[in-house]
Amino acid sequence: MSARTSPSLLLRVVPLYPLSPRRAGTLVHRNLLVARRNWVVFASGFFEPFFYLLSIGVGIGGLVGDVVPDGGTALSYQQFVAPALLASAAMNGAVYDAVFNLFFKLRYAKLYDAVLATPVSAADAAVGETVWALLRGAAYSAAFLLVMLVLGLVGSWWAVLALPAAVLIGFAFAAVGLAATTFLRGWQDFEFVQVAVLPLFLFSTTFYPLSTYPRPLQLVVECTPLYHGIELVRGLVTGAVGWSLLGSAAYLLVMGLAGLAVGARRLERLLLS
Amino acid sequence: MPGPAAWSLFRQRLTAHRHYWRSSAIGSVLEPVLFLAAMGLTLGTLVDRGPGLPGGVGYLAFLAPGLLVAAAMQTATGESSYPVLGAIKWDRTYDAILATPARPVDLVAGHLLYVAFRVTTSAAAFLLVLLAFGAAESPLVVLTVPVALLTGLAFAAPVTAMAGRLEEDAAFAALQRFLLVPMFLFSGTFFPVGQLPAVLEGVAYATPLWHGVALARDLALGTPQAGTALLHVGYLALWVVAGTLLATRAFTRRLLR
Repeated sequence: MSARTSPSLLLRVVPLYPLSPRRAGTLVHRNLLVARRNWVVFASGFFEPFFYLLSIGVGIGGLVGDVVPDGGTALSYQQFVAPALLASAAMNGAVYDAVFNLFFKLRYAKLYDAVLATPVSAADAAVGETVWALLRGAAYSAAFLLVMLVLGLVGSWWAVLALPAAVLIGFAFAAVGLAATTFLRGWQDFEFVQVAVLPLFLFSTTFYPLSTYPRPLQLVVECTPLYHGIELVRGLVTGAVGWSLLGSAAYLLVMGLAGLAVGARRLERLLLS
Repeated sequence: MPGPAAWSLFRQRLTAHRHYWRSSAIGSVLEPVLFLAAMGLTLGTLVDRGPGLPGGVGYLAFLAPGLLVAAAMQTATGESSYPVLGAIKWDRTYDAILATPARPVDLVAGHLLYVAFRVTTSAAAFLLVLLAFGAAESPLVVLTVPVALLTGLAFAAPVTAMAGRLEEDAAFAALQRFLLVPMFLFSGTFFPVGQLPAVLEGVAYATPLWHGVALARDLALGTPQAGTALLHVGYLALWVVAGTLLATRAFTRRLLR
């Protein structure tokens, strides 16, 4: 009798494969159900980049006039800032979702202690959380792209690739954020996450071209991840497309995979010890 | 009127603060300094090269006092939202304190005293950075610290009253996203509100942040006028007084049931 029923039962109790899309999917489904109950908070995530676009693009744009990006043609300040805000929003959304929500679930809600009592493995949980962060980021990015289109800030058909590019940025930062969260000791440590994210937001050519910096600083900025994210999205949206964009995409992909590998291993050790 | 118990509460919060002052300094000092560096210095070169500001004011000198006051708003609101609701509901610190001769009015006064301390020290630290950047045009710039204090309290008092009535913390996220961030972006911190459409310009004049920013900017640039300065101070004081009264009433109703 046990010989007939046990294969499926065994699989349920002891997952034989460390990773399964179906099991990771259950966690995505769970997060979707929670988001439906807190939809006001969820929806409010759409607004922040718009506020920045209006304030910085229109307000400061009136003071700045046109901007000439590195090796490109002159753009209005809104055209220059909007793609960078899309890329930054993808980063911010991914990091905050990965770090704040995950930390709460890990330390306070003890969600994963419950999750791991099911066939879902720690690796499934890591993948599930990352996929959820990406879906959420993609929704915000798509809405922002639509607004840019309506405001006439999209200059090229290449812009259709800006959505996958934003998802790639989200992936890179969500995975690294997940890894970082496993190192946080308490709420006070969130300030250190902010210390990492805010300079990226402010200094990665979001608000002014790279040529504004002296050469040594330019080299530093060129090594940071959000710079490559902004290059990618700005290139696609304005139509300044070249081979270097592939390099930027590869940077983000490698960063995401590395973050995921570290994060999954750390989660497993935290939860199964 | 608050009694000596308010002072005890202030000291209790101060003791707790000693454990996490480093990370809180990041939020209240380092963040505005980063904004000042990124936007005041680098973006400022673009602004000063472009059409620029009315009156030929340099962008760094324009931005710095605005950021100082906006940071006071953020610090004061942060200290009055989750920590206050937490002390009422999650840690129940206030219940414990009310078992002593302290009254709700002492709780409010002690809390606001602590916020005043946080805002003043952060603003003073930021002022030193501002001076190091060479972003001040007048010695009156030292008065931006009391302006930051007044603006901070104009936010802390009503937000404390709000925290005294809330059951769930979700409203704080809405407050941040729909009121504080728009105020930060549109109340004259980054560009003159005259550039806004007329309707939004009117809304900006109604926000406490605009009054704090405008007054601090006048002082930093050395162009204050007695009449308008008095108007700004009076408007902010109104928010402090009304907020404090509402907070005391909310605490009394909630904690002395």
